[in-house]
Amino acid sequence: MFFRAQVHVKLKSGIADPQGQTIERALPALGYEGVSGVRVGKVIEFELQADGEEAARSRTIEMCERLLANTVIESYEVFVTDEPAEVPS
Amino acid sequence: MSARVGIVVFPGSNCELDCRQSFERLDAVTEFVWHDDDTLPDVDIVVLPGGFAHGDYLRTGALARFSPIMTAVNEHAEAGKLLIGICNGFQVLCEAQLLPGALRKNEGLKFLCKWSELRVDVKGTPFTERADEGQVLRVPINHFEGNWFADGPTLERMRANDQIALRYVDNPNGSLDDVAGITNERGNVLGLMPHPERACDSLLGSEDGALIFGSMLDHVAARTGARL
Repeated sequence: MFFRAQVHVKLKSGIADPQGQTIERALPALGYEGVSGVRVGKVIEFELQADGEEAARSRTIEMCERLLANTVIESYEVFVTDEPAEVPS
Repeated sequence: MSARVGIVVFPGSNCELDCRQSFERLDAVTEFVWHDDDTLPDVDIVVLPGGFAHGDYLRTGALARFSPIMTAVNEHAEAGKLLIGICNGFQVLCEAQLLPGALRKNEGLKFLCKWSELRVDVKGTPFTERADEGQVLRVPINHFEGNWFADGPTLERMRANDQIALRYVDNPNGSLDDVAGITNERGNVLGLMPHPERACDSLLGSEDGALIFGSMLDHVAARTGARL
């Protein structure tokens, strides 16, 4: 079975995020007041073959621990679905 | 007998020639080792030079740590032999968990290319034997991700164990505890962001980098002498 996985990686809370801070300072200049807690991360998505959704999830978590995130400074969230991938136009 | 230095070359490394030149000026014999090799030649010292290994995609050093040569580099370190990671090499060593912590983007989000001053805070490591404690070395930095971080307990343990070998006099990048270079617990692996290989010739403005490489060669000579 094919599954779609999406991994969100960002700096752990408590670790300064200079990109987020810079964006947070830029937004009021464009008139967006009252924005706080900006954090910048990355999204990694892929399809993978697995026997079931749980297997797909645990394989993705293993990938995060070994490669996709550096858990010294980054946290990650894993989203797995069995919905078919969107066909790029 | 001259010490033998293996310099690992990844796709994207760009400081390997400077490292070769600097070690050879100190009468060492150097050899380039391609990242895709499974084994190291017979070397006393391994250098992971600076650059952008594997394009630094995903994270700096994240892909390089899985290069085939890294298994042999790990065994080299486990055998107690000397291993130094410079700049990108330091990032690779942290990703490979041969050194604690991780390198974040510089505070201020600027790529920094300038001279820095490093204070030798731990004398008597194989990397600092030729320097005096508290001696300030003039060595250039050239990085975007040099902002070292480790969690509180790890930092405390490292301080107690004298692993913070080199600190910036004037912290350029936000690095925790002014860290410029650290060793592993055993003391045979050093990672540092500044480039000693670019400070081994007075024509380039400083020869202080040669204190670090020279210390390593002294250490190897003492070990070899002890073996004979």
